[in-house]
Amino acid sequence: MKGYTATLPGGEAIYYVDRKRYLWTLSVLYPLQPFIGIWLHAETGNQAWLLLPIFLGYVVNPLLDWVLGEDENNPPEEVLLKLDRDPFYRILTYLVVPLHFVSLIGAAWWAGTQSLSWWAFLGLAAVAGITSGLGINTGHELGHKKSKIERRLAKIVLAVPVYGHFWIEHNRGHHRDVSTPEDPASSRMGESIYRFATREIPGAFKRAWAIEKERLERRDKSAWDMNNQILQSMSLSLVLQVGLLLAFGWKMIPFLLVHNVLAWWQLTSANYVEHYGLLRLKDDKGRYERCQPHHSWNSNHVFSNLVLFHLERHSDHHAHPLRRYQSLRHFDNLPTLPSGYFGAYLLAWIPPLWFRVMDKALLALPHVNHDLTRVNIEPAKRAAIVQKYGRRPGESS
Amino acid sequence: MSAYRCPECGYLFDEDEGDEHEGYRPGTPFAKLPDDFACPDCSVRFKDDFEKV
Repeated sequence: MKGYTATLPGGEAIYYVDRKRYLWTLSVLYPLQPFIGIWLHAETGNQAWLLLPIFLGYVVNPLLDWVLGEDENNPPEEVLLKLDRDPFYRILTYLVVPLHFVSLIGAAWWAGTQSLSWWAFLGLAAVAGITSGLGINTGHELGHKKSKIERRLAKIVLAVPVYGHFWIEHNRGHHRDVSTPEDPASSRMGESIYRFATREIPGAFKRAWAIEKERLERRDKSAWDMNNQILQSMSLSLVLQVGLLLAFGWKMIPFLLVHNVLAWWQLTSANYVEHYGLLRLKDDKGRYERCQPHHSWNSNHVFSNLVLFHLERHSDHHAHPLRRYQSLRHFDNLPTLPSGYFGAYLLAWIPPLWFRVMDKALLALPHVNHDLTRVNIEPAKRAAIVQKYGRRPGESS
Repeated sequence: MSAYRCPECGYLFDEDEGDEHEGYRPGTPFAKLPDDFACPDCSVRFKDDFEKV
């Protein structure tokens, strides 16, 4: 396996091998999951197989995280640059882009041409949507880079889940405003994922549009000009979805509706668990402090990180947004989720359970230490939260 | 004219060149950028954080 050499500050030479190097192909292959179900359905005639990827994603995946556990290993500082620049890792992110198209078209073809029961049809649409949600993750990794090709590929892959605004919204909006009450993509303590979705989905679109409109105005162009990067990606979405409609008929209307909503829901789930309740404080000039490692929830669970391009090492991602997935590092004493993302999503979808586990974990964080002035709280729940967890003046921890 | 660099990601704002994509014409002084100017590449460093090259 390829390794990297470097010299430590003391003069000692080191040789580092990335044990996950070839395992990252899991992030490339995972979006092909609908075909496992399609193949088993074709082989056995049993439509229930079409739902297998849901079981894989939300039962097998969290179980594998639990069994395989966590990996806190970091590449040494001295090889980071070499590792970051190794084209192998970059090429994997390019390869997955066409697979997202293949996956959606393949699932739509099967749904449109087989006589399926209503539940298998909707199940397959859900599987396609969950898979396209992974496309947002691919677009996320690509969209953070400086090269033209990666930015272009980000816009292309985001056309699959119809989320072309994400690239702008996330890079220019979320990273700037993360863990503040102003950020529609940071969830607040006491805010259920369902309430969050109604704030996040429209809020993210509005913020992206405003940022892009402002940029175009500086160039004396209208927001509806074809230089609008949101419209560029959305046009491709339109071609893709109208194409599926023409190819496979009216059945594609419910199929694509379920697909799109489920794809967005994947991102909503990720956004929800990544910054729950965390708050950047303001300095004496009223400016938010710089985003710190303790402003993101993390997970080092091996399996879910391997299928998500290391997204769960989220603190390092926010500290260095352009850093490539293979080089993201673990730090001690970070806010840590009880499981990998897929398990955390399950918890998030049952709000009483989420609040029970996460409110306690949030308040116990060393930088919060049960001080509610250091928590991003849902305004509608503030009184109840203060009543339940608030300290009286002068009371110590 | 001068150039200013983002200390996080290395994005360079060269006043001579401006930044066409972002809509800043060649010859735009760094001081004339909006007060809430965030690095166009990483968005986690702001106007005050930029370093003169």
